[in-house]
Amino acid sequence: MTALLEVEDLHVEFRTRDGVAKVLNGVGYHVDAGETVAVLGESGSGKSVTAQTIMGILDTPPAVVTRGAIRFHGEDLLAASEERRREVRGDGIAMIFQDALSALNPVFTVGFQIEEQLRVRRGMSRKDARARAVELLDLVKIPNAANRVREYPHQFSGGMRQRAMIAMSLALDPEMLIADEPTTALDVTVQAQIMDLLREIQQERDMGLILITHDLGVVADVADRIAVMYAGRIVEHADVFQLFRAPGHPYTESLLESLPRLDLKGQELKTIKGLPPSLTHIPSGCPFHPRCPRAVDRCATEVPADHRLGLDRTSACHFAEEVVSRG
Amino acid sequence: MGRYVLRRLLQLIPVFLGTTFIIYALVWAIPQDPFAGKCGQRPCPDSYISAMSDKFNFDDPLVLQYLKYMGNLLTGDFGDTFSGISVGEQISTAYPTTVKLAVIALLIEGIIGVTAGVLTGLRKQGFLDNLVLVSTLFLISLPVFVTGFVLRLYLGPQGLDLMDTGVDTADPSIGQLILPGFVLGSLSMAYVARLTRGGIAENRRADYVRTAIAKGQPNSRVVGVHLLRNSLIPVITFLGTDLGSLMGGAIVTEGVFNINGIGGLIFRGIQEKEGVMVTGIVTLLVLVYLLMSLIVDLLYAVLDPRIRYE
Repeated sequence: MTALLEVEDLHVEFRTRDGVAKVLNGVGYHVDAGETVAVLGESGSGKSVTAQTIMGILDTPPAVVTRGAIRFHGEDLLAASEERRREVRGDGIAMIFQDALSALNPVFTVGFQIEEQLRVRRGMSRKDARARAVELLDLVKIPNAANRVREYPHQFSGGMRQRAMIAMSLALDPEMLIADEPTTALDVTVQAQIMDLLREIQQERDMGLILITHDLGVVADVADRIAVMYAGRIVEHADVFQLFRAPGHPYTESLLESLPRLDLKGQELKTIKGLPPSLTHIPSGCPFHPRCPRAVDRCATEVPADHRLGLDRTSACHFAEEVVSRG
Repeated sequence: MGRYVLRRLLQLIPVFLGTTFIIYALVWAIPQDPFAGKCGQRPCPDSYISAMSDKFNFDDPLVLQYLKYMGNLLTGDFGDTFSGISVGEQISTAYPTTVKLAVIALLIEGIIGVTAGVLTGLRKQGFLDNLVLVSTLFLISLPVFVTGFVLRLYLGPQGLDLMDTGVDTADPSIGQLILPGFVLGSLSMAYVARLTRGGIAENRRADYVRTAIAKGQPNSRVVGVHLLRNSLIPVITFLGTDLGSLMGGAIVTEGVFNINGIGGLIFRGIQEKEGVMVTGIVTLLVLVYLLMSLIVDLLYAVLDPRIRYE
């Protein structure tokens, strides 16, 4: 059976005046219907670029896809025509963005921006589209939807805006939703509400969900599988329980250790030493080796392959087995 | 909103009185003696001077003169010239022509300017972009009377003979006003093109544009609806205030193309020291300016819902 969405060996470069930044260096993951895959990583690790490549909304130039495939229902989107890609957007795969205030158009009402999809893509009348927009706002639990549909994004609170954004993404009943840090700009109580809402909607519709985040707490809560990204590569890919129980890559290990823990209260918080690598000068060998507590000479010269650690679990570390068994 | 409009309308009153008073004072201050040269080589007879002084209230202090003039103006009486011609009548025949000319110029600069701006803003540094940048620079650097004469010469019967470039009727048709309108609007057209280009280029990478693309909206809607609506806010306000400048600026264009508009009236009014004529026309121009700026401010709130006047 083919997965709903399959990303394979994706390479993306940003060609700028200052040189070539290798943003994605062989990213691969897959998502099935009804499944949530969290893509975890620091800023600059390429998690958003992967999502934008899937949607086909990268700015090209400077971005260039040099290799790889993105298969949606088995169809390679990278080889598809621009017209075909446009059909898939919104309808097959929809996306919600981090900052709903700037992602919504400030000069149109929230209703207009939802109805636009229905009118242009589904040929609905204004009246039907308005009715459906109110339904959608109701669905994302916006109170008094019939009135708020006529309001502008700036009249909504942060959480409400993100809900409106979700409603907009659901307008065409997509099979797959990409949420690019949907809760980063929100405060903690609202974060939980939005995540609950996303999970509820996903389960109801049996949607595939890619959740891009740097928040381990969010991941533990909702994800089925996790892909950990570092310097444009997936360094570890595992089931959420396996990953939290026994991380298979030193980077994941360090990430988990840097979480504050109640039982270690008062002690100094562990951090990952050093900075994320510059994508124009990715370190040789394993890109994580300059910051890795387990690094040996071999790590600086030899790029680690994806080691299989069981069914649907990989780790890009020379010592993957050792790391996982120690945990 | 209602309160805001009311407040703005009330603010117009002192501005209107202040500007028109300055104009009135300046116009009557220029000739020193308003009767100089009015009666040929000889000095004017006393009877004429006393009659005219009486008519124009020359013996009153300036402020009182002005107030009397304004009082008449408010009842719709623009007064007469020295030679007894009704200024109101003159204006009412010349004004529609100039309004027509200014509106045509506005349409031309809006349509061509915005189109050029959108095309170049989307594709910066291409051939078209450079072409538009150079040609707008050209238009900005050239005085209107040069553009006017050159176009008139080369497109008219003496040149390529593409059109009849002279306008000789008292009531020119829209077709006759297109070339003068282009000349009149050319300078602003260059600014509109550059303003639009800047707005489009700046907003093109905005998050909401990316959202519109991610929603699967066709490119025409992404640009024509989402991008354009945001980029045109400064352009439309520029066009609004420009209508006043176009009407005032029509003096030169009307001269070049022999159009009987208010430009000619002002010109002759200044030359013949007909203060009543000049103040009457300029007062109307001031009104147009003030009303357009009010409309533009109100339009702002319509175009950008984030702006609200409480």
